[in-house]
Amino acid sequence: MTENTEATGGPERRVRVVLVDDHRMFRTGVQAEIGRTEETGVEVVGEAADVDQAVTVITATRPEVVLLDVHLPGGGGVEVLRRCAPLMGAADDPVRFLALSVSDAAEDVIGVIRGGARGYVTKTITGTDLVDSVFRVQEGDAVFSPRLAGFVLDAFASTDAPPVDEDMDRLTQREREVLRLIARGYAYKEIAKQLFISVKTVESHVSAVLRKLQLSNRHELTRWATARRLV
Amino acid sequence: MPAATARAAHSSLASDPEEPPLRKLYRSADGRMLGGVARGLAGHLGLPVAWVRFVFLGLFLSDGLGALLYAVFWIVVPLGVGGVGDAHPPRSVFETAPDGRRRLRKPDPGQVFALVALLVGAVAFVSSVDMGSEADRYIWPTLLIGAGSVLVWRQADNARRARWMEVGRRRRLLHLARALAGVALVGLGLAVFMVVRGSAAQLGNVLTAAIAVLTGIALLAGPYLVRMTQDLSEERLMRIRAQERAEVAAHVHDSVLHTLTLIQRNADDGGEVRRLARAQERELRNWLYNPEGTGKDEDDEPETLAEAVKRAAAEVEDKHGVPLEVVVVGDCPLDDKLGAQMQAAREAMVNAAKYGGEGGAVQVFAEVEGTTVFVSVRDRGPGFDLDEVPADRMGVRESIIGRMQRNGGTARLRSVPGGGTEVELEMERASE
Repeated sequence: MTENTEATGGPERRVRVVLVDDHRMFRTGVQAEIGRTEETGVEVVGEAADVDQAVTVITATRPEVVLLDVHLPGGGGVEVLRRCAPLMGAADDPVRFLALSVSDAAEDVIGVIRGGARGYVTKTITGTDLVDSVFRVQEGDAVFSPRLAGFVLDAFASTDAPPVDEDMDRLTQREREVLRLIARGYAYKEIAKQLFISVKTVESHVSAVLRKLQLSNRHELTRWATARRLV
Repeated sequence: MPAATARAAHSSLASDPEEPPLRKLYRSADGRMLGGVARGLAGHLGLPVAWVRFVFLGLFLSDGLGALLYAVFWIVVPLGVGGVGDAHPPRSVFETAPDGRRRLRKPDPGQVFALVALLVGAVAFVSSVDMGSEADRYIWPTLLIGAGSVLVWRQADNARRARWMEVGRRRRLLHLARALAGVALVGLGLAVFMVVRGSAAQLGNVLTAAIAVLTGIALLAGPYLVRMTQDLSEERLMRIRAQERAEVAAHVHDSVLHTLTLIQRNADDGGEVRRLARAQERELRNWLYNPEGTGKDEDDEPETLAEAVKRAAAEVEDKHGVPLEVVVVGDCPLDDKLGAQMQAAREAMVNAAKYGGEGGAVQVFAEVEGTTVFVSVRDRGPGFDLDEVPADRMGVRESIIGRMQRNGGTARLRSVPGGGTEVELEMERASE
């Protein structure tokens, strides 16, 4: 961990990233887009094309952020997350995952988020936005694309009969509002202005949603998944 | 009878003009009475089915030869629908019932007649055999066994049919009952045989011997059978995979290659290339990730809100070459009011694409919450002030705001922080 000082110190922020995607062309494209370390501050320290490679590379390089494709040979992004769980929980140097997918399917997306990914962006994202998202994830925030917000709202919707002691599993009014604005295409800053709260508060709402999504193994998600025949 | 004759004659006629090179004999699945042998033969030979049935009946009366023949046909000849490798399926052999459902059909005169004939035959058979004599010992067990195996064989046919037609899920219990009844009958027959032939005291010995033999056979043939079923199921799996791959390949070939060609030809026209690529991406995505996933049913009217929003966005995207990102939460069927809201939303999308498309993707968000349907269309363009729009420009005022108000909803137009415009449409849907 000699580079660690260099990575966190200095006026310019730095982040070490591993790319996991089975399409070489896509990896090359992302590398070209965000990998110019002097400009973006992103340093791509490793690449992997399948689950086994990914686990090996991530364990060896200990990056701060992993850009993880949802569909991978060998079990998919969920499998990578499962096998890297100890690294995610590490107290001093946690590895964080950002799902980067072309998939539109809710079960893919919700699956990796529940597996522990800190956010989800689609492959149509621009380079600048991607760099921004990577840094946000590095700092411990959650990154929600409008589409992901839509999926989550859908997942938590229709709680008509309030169950006893399920409050942990439900979204507060504020969290729903925040998610709704994200789904409508607002940036965090715009949401803060809209709701007269600080950006930090927006971020903490979003983190809370993410936590609920990851912790929640109770009824809404089960019911939601059952209704869509996902389980 | 005339109906059956006419049908058979008609079917034989129909098969004549284009004689398939190789005609295979099938049992008929439709309009059959027992195993479909007679009907199948009739179709194959081009004879009225009644004749064949009479011949069988006649043979049956002469020492039961007909029954034997019938049984052999039943076992050997496959039930006929879409046999492997027949370019011309033996359509002539069977015909669809007038209402399309076989089971609901009224008993046609031919069938009634045949039943009566069968009864007469049975009576003749029973009276011709001397019931009281020695033979009695064998006849009843034989009849039992025969009835049981007929039941089971018929059952096998039904199982096959069910696989083709995916009918009879509810009838599973009935099927099971029938199969069990068949097995019970055969077992009973065999038991009676044994008891009658030997004395009951020997039953134990006979059973032991039979079990020993069966076990031996199972030990010897078991592995082969297991291996064979494994191979078969594996082969079936491979075939299904190959079929799926072929379908994907065909689709990719059709639309993707076509689009790529167009893109090569229009390489200089950036807008056109983007439009083509986007349309193709959407279609392929639809095809890959939609559960029902053909992606081809674009002609019929959308029935639900989510569909309608996606459809409108896709059309606007195609027309104006600006990406629209659609997020839909919840869904509900469309009614008149929601239809109006969709039209207003579409107008808003067009405006956003036209005037605000420079700033990036247009965000479309639709949510159904309870009885309220909320749609927001937002762009990141320069934004505009409704008061400054000349009074004669009716797009926003009439098509969006006016339309929503006339249908009992509300429309709000506002500039959002950080530039851009957002149109919010809210409508109460008719409660269910």
